[in-house]
Amino acid sequence: MTSLVKPRTLFIGLSLLCLLATWLSLALGPVSLPLLDTLRAAARLLGLPVAADGLEQAELILGQIRLPRTLLGLAVGGVLALSGVAMQGLFRNPLADPGLVGVSSGAALGAAFAIVGGSALGGLPEAFGPYVLSLCAFLGGLGVTALVYRLGRRNGQTHVATMLLAGIALTALSGSAVGLFTYLADDATLRTLTFWNLGSLNGASYARLWPLLLVSFGVALWLPRRARALNALLLGESEAAHLGVDVEGLKRELVFCTAMGVGAAVAAAGMIGFVGLVVPHLVRLVAGPDHRVLLPASVLAGASLLLFADLVARLALAPAELPIGIVTAFIGAPFFLYLLVRGRA
Amino acid sequence: MLRAQNLHIQRGRKTVLADIDLLLNPGEVLGVLGPNGAGKSTLLAGLCGELRPAQGRVWLDDRPLAQWHGAERARRLAVLPQSSTLDFAFRVEEVVGMGRLPHQSGRLRDEQIVAEALQAADAAHLHGRSYLALSGGERQRVHLARVLTQLWPGEAGQTLLLDEPTSMLDPLHQHTILQAVREFASRGAAVLVILHDLNLAARYCDRLLLLASGRPVALDTPRHVLRPEPLKAVFGLDVLVQDHPERGHPLIIAR
Repeated sequence: MTSLVKPRTLFIGLSLLCLLATWLSLALGPVSLPLLDTLRAAARLLGLPVAADGLEQAELILGQIRLPRTLLGLAVGGVLALSGVAMQGLFRNPLADPGLVGVSSGAALGAAFAIVGGSALGGLPEAFGPYVLSLCAFLGGLGVTALVYRLGRRNGQTHVATMLLAGIALTALSGSAVGLFTYLADDATLRTLTFWNLGSLNGASYARLWPLLLVSFGVALWLPRRARALNALLLGESEAAHLGVDVEGLKRELVFCTAMGVGAAVAAAGMIGFVGLVVPHLVRLVAGPDHRVLLPASVLAGASLLLFADLVARLALAPAELPIGIVTAFIGAPFFLYLLVRGRA
Repeated sequence: MLRAQNLHIQRGRKTVLADIDLLLNPGEVLGVLGPNGAGKSTLLAGLCGELRPAQGRVWLDDRPLAQWHGAERARRLAVLPQSSTLDFAFRVEEVVGMGRLPHQSGRLRDEQIVAEALQAADAAHLHGRSYLALSGGERQRVHLARVLTQLWPGEAGQTLLLDEPTSMLDPLHQHTILQAVREFASRGAAVLVILHDLNLAARYCDRLLLLASGRPVALDTPRHVLRPEPLKAVFGLDVLVQDHPERGHPLIIAR
């Protein structure tokens, strides 16, 4: 399994795929817009001089609903895929997942706390309820990851094997706490909690989008600077150190970027599984494991894949909507099994 | 230049290496011999800073090793571990190219160096292959090429530490690889190499360090170290030592 596709070809292909996904995501939905009208309305939203005749409705749908939703999908998909690359590099295992360091389970705990706690207080005010939920999820993810990282430290060194086990233990612990909140929840709260756990890009708003966009850009600009160090890390921690890599610093950065990225993604869109696991894998299959290609390509591939998954979620049972977590798990889990069964040769 | 001064290393409470005084001279190949568990790999880990000495110091040029940082150190000191656990399908030249990480010499120069180092490790024909598809011996040569790349072309002041670089190689490659290491050293770098084969050590090393139970038994030229008495004492092995009929270096034959 060596590189099959030249990086340039790959980037052109993935960019086109991403543009196509964006276009379709803007156009399709309960009210489907003609593809050309979508382009013209999008151009108008960007401030280009396009005649407004008959585009008012398209512009409204695009501006208020589809554009924030699409941007949310792009950011969530991109940052989840990046975090997957970071974790697979950190654990030097192509089957590692961002959830391993506890960020997803921590975020779930934070969200359950906000949802059930909020309802116990008589319901959070409509205006900032969602922000409290996002903030709690983000802080929960960050908190549990920090704890996992802390538990993996010994004598000034981070033991990734210990981190892995601590992550499993804390995931179980968070799970039981979420279970307790679930037990305490009434029926309406239970429904909110369930849907949040399945993830959705529905209800995206600009106000909740900005923090995620900022974090995503930060992570997407930072990690590629560590591409060569990540390559060296795959040789082993001491080999990387002999090559001059500050291994402890690198591990800290990888955990931090993952905690921030996945935390922000989960806070904005709920739990969306398997993107971080499957996307880096797919990219490696076509482009090889070099992080200088893998990192940027995974951003594009993750963003595209999530938009397509969201299209399935939107259109499969239209006008009703599937939670996107169901779609990604439905595609991702069998693919993961396929990878396991096929062996890693 | 790497220098160990009264080096002691402990694992837990147990002293596993003691009384090591060692200077690696430019252009010299120094072999380390000793039975399993004698402390050879511990010595290497102590010399490259992976294990902290309980006593004594390691110097790289005029500064203690611990005061060297990242890339600056990596341009002077390269280490080949006994085995590596790379589990990703890099191409051979990508693995070797990782050796250029501490340098900013540009892509073209790097590619040229990778090609030369692959040639030196007799692995040029592996160019383009996936690392995961290689045999154990081929992987070992690729990693040797990687550490050579890290110091290429090699000059006085640089040090290369090799932990059993021939353990998985066929007889011909044991010789070609150690020959390549000799040539590399001839350009000025100091090389320390852990070996198990006494005859390879006799042929390719300038000096030999004989270790037993974490302590130095002898540090001298092969002719002085490879005598029946010390070998009997350290390895418990009865040997005959003769001169190589063509090359003159000691030839060790088990009785």
